[in-house]
Amino acid sequence: MTETTSSGPATAEVWITGIGLATSLGEGLDAHWDALNQRRINVDEKGFAPYVVHPLAPVNFDTQIPKKGDQRQMEAWQRIGTYAAGLALESAGIKGNKEILARMDMIVAAGGGERDLAVDSNILNSEGNSAPGFLNERLMNDLRPTLFLAQLSNLLAGNIAIVHGVTGSSRTFMGEEAAGVDAARIALARIAAGQSDIALIGGSQNGERKDLLVLYEFGDFNLTGKFAPIWSRRDKSGFALGSGGAFLVIESRAHAEARGAKPYARLTNVVADMARRKQPGEVTATLEKLWSKVGKLGNNAAIITGATGAKPATSEELTFLSKHPDFPVRASGTTFGHTMETQFPLGLALAALSIERGALFPPNDPTGVEVEMSKPPAQIVVIGTGHWRGEGMALVEAIK
Amino acid sequence: MTATRDKFGRPIVVVTGMGVVTSLGSGKSDNWKKLTAGESGIRTITRFPTDGLKTTMAGTVDFIPVEPFSSTDLSERLGEVVAEEAIGQAGIGTKGDFPGPLFLAVAPVEVEWPQRQELGRAIGTSSEVDYDAMLRVSGGGRFAQYHRRFLFGSVADHLAEKFGTKGSPISLSTACASGATAIQLGVEAIRRGEADATLCVATDGSVNPEALIRFSLLSALSTHNDPPEAAVRPFSKNRDGFVMAEGAGALVLESYEAATARGAQILGILAGCGELADSFHRTRSSPDGKPIIGCVRNALSDAGMASDQIDYINAHGTGTPENDKMEYLGISTVFGERATQIPVSSNKSMVGHTLSAAGAVEAVFSLLTLEHQRIPPTINYDIPDPAIPFDVVPNKARDARVTAVMSNSFGFGGQNATLILTREPV
Repeated sequence: MTETTSSGPATAEVWITGIGLATSLGEGLDAHWDALNQRRINVDEKGFAPYVVHPLAPVNFDTQIPKKGDQRQMEAWQRIGTYAAGLALESAGIKGNKEILARMDMIVAAGGGERDLAVDSNILNSEGNSAPGFLNERLMNDLRPTLFLAQLSNLLAGNIAIVHGVTGSSRTFMGEEAAGVDAARIALARIAAGQSDIALIGGSQNGERKDLLVLYEFGDFNLTGKFAPIWSRRDKSGFALGSGGAFLVIESRAHAEARGAKPYARLTNVVADMARRKQPGEVTATLEKLWSKVGKLGNNAAIITGATGAKPATSEELTFLSKHPDFPVRASGTTFGHTMETQFPLGLALAALSIERGALFPPNDPTGVEVEMSKPPAQIVVIGTGHWRGEGMALVEAIK
Repeated sequence: MTATRDKFGRPIVVVTGMGVVTSLGSGKSDNWKKLTAGESGIRTITRFPTDGLKTTMAGTVDFIPVEPFSSTDLSERLGEVVAEEAIGQAGIGTKGDFPGPLFLAVAPVEVEWPQRQELGRAIGTSSEVDYDAMLRVSGGGRFAQYHRRFLFGSVADHLAEKFGTKGSPISLSTACASGATAIQLGVEAIRRGEADATLCVATDGSVNPEALIRFSLLSALSTHNDPPEAAVRPFSKNRDGFVMAEGAGALVLESYEAATARGAQILGILAGCGELADSFHRTRSSPDGKPIIGCVRNALSDAGMASDQIDYINAHGTGTPENDKMEYLGISTVFGERATQIPVSSNKSMVGHTLSAAGAVEAVFSLLTLEHQRIPPTINYDIPDPAIPFDVVPNKARDARVTAVMSNSFGFGGQNATLILTREPV
């Protein structure tokens, strides 16, 4: 397959001017930067044992979602996302700026479907003596009407519109890791081509969910037992679901300059493809192809990957990385777990933050895949390799 | 030589292939015949027991069986059928090698009750069934096929493989506007020069007990169960909700330049797309109608057209008390006096609300309206609502000169999208 690319006749330069993070490490950029530099990891091996998850750090949702009624209408993943979106708007200096928000585009990468575990369990326990229509009766009586809206994928964007007033457009992409890549790719392409001036992109996940664990357990993808950093999972493959929201405000340079916005970094390119993965080596080959398209790289470049820790995708990605030993690597999954749709926006956020702070955060890896980077990074390639499908790359650069 | 760019200098986007399945049947020809005959595809549900349900009818597609049934499997199958019809008509690429990306509107995917019940049986009767017990039996490869099936990206993954679309396929949801959004993404990609052709598919096979009950609990569905054919009553005074339906629509979009270069037959022009989100409420439109008004105006402005150039409006027209009222407010604000003169009809009166697919299904019907110069009716229109004085093309199809159609899609969660389709470049 040929890759899809956001280049083409595109001309406008695109800046990242807002970052919102609420994750297992905490909320806000300073808290994240400190935690990353302290190599802090917030992981829970007991609450969902034998499965390992990264719980959301306590956040005060009231500060970004002031109405309790709004909070009650959302399940956790929507609250986390709406909260992180608010932080991103605040960071870009446009929170409450009705003129901009009313024409701001939005692409959210979403999963969804949080179940009411008690309702499901009760119904399944009553199987066997069930009359026709039993399921109907129980669902009619037991499902909360508002749960549907709290489950719907597009309602994260809906809630961001309601709570923060982002209404220029509202698009929700689904499809696990690739949704996060494509949200960034399409938003960038639209701004670069002059189809849009400013966009909010991102996603969120609540990893503390047994229904989600069931889906990935079907494919034996969950990390069990003791936590280990991504590159130390060679003998015991798997991902630990992460909780968190990551949103970015991106806009054309002209739009940012006209409103006096300070950029974190430039979003230069996003490329994506979908290897069929029928033969070993296809992921490695696809990553090589994307690498050749993502942009020209100089001496002070690094890589932040969303590698999940699950075979065979992560092993194939490691083969790819081993062919590019000059680029210091960081795996966001070690610290944050696997946040699925959110992992690529999270990678973009960490890349932009590192460039703005003038340093790549330190390695967190006993195997030696990750090495120190002494110079400030001028370019960071963000990689998103889906656990089952989808490969993507972005180039985030310092603005000289 | 005809210009290949529109008045804004963008590549003109044309339609060269269409496919459609609804509760009326499979394919353009069957659907168009029944649609213009004013037939309803709404039937009493036989797929599952309806005991205890307030709504017992839907526009199911039972003539394309999938075994064992899941909504996601049916969505995928319907997507295949319409993509095959569209690509066949366009005569583009070679089998399994479509020369452009896929944009897919699809309902959010999740594990469904039959699979959950299978897990329950795997646990057995010796142990309490809860999610911990379900987790204990889920691994080891026994249910690996359900991981593949119930990933959100699974339908797009399979369609991309089958039709050989290029690059990363996009699965999207903007609720009931999803079909229109898939087309909009395709239009934008061609205008950017990223692709010469795009495959835009929208599909929905959602009629299962839980989905029906979820909408029912939101009081969104009609309960006019008997007779089912008369359930959907858009713009009527006695309308009482929408009716869930299944279906799919597909368009092959190409740049005018690429289509003419390969000698393709041009079925219509995708002249403009507009969108605007509503921040008022999760299921209700802003009472001032501003998001709908803005969405319609954005589409006109994107097409570089004035409202008086539109000859027919293919309404969202769900038949809920709220939607139809708000749609009239929006249209009458933009169209002024013409709002009561221009024909405005609802395909949903016959095929029901195909949810994620609706925007694309109705885009296909809009293009067939342009092709046949005949406007499908709004059926079940016996008691007009005096508050909505549209010319709804009541109950009988009508021949008319139609050069430009506006097709509206307004979704839960505040997602609004409008398409403008024309016969010739504007």
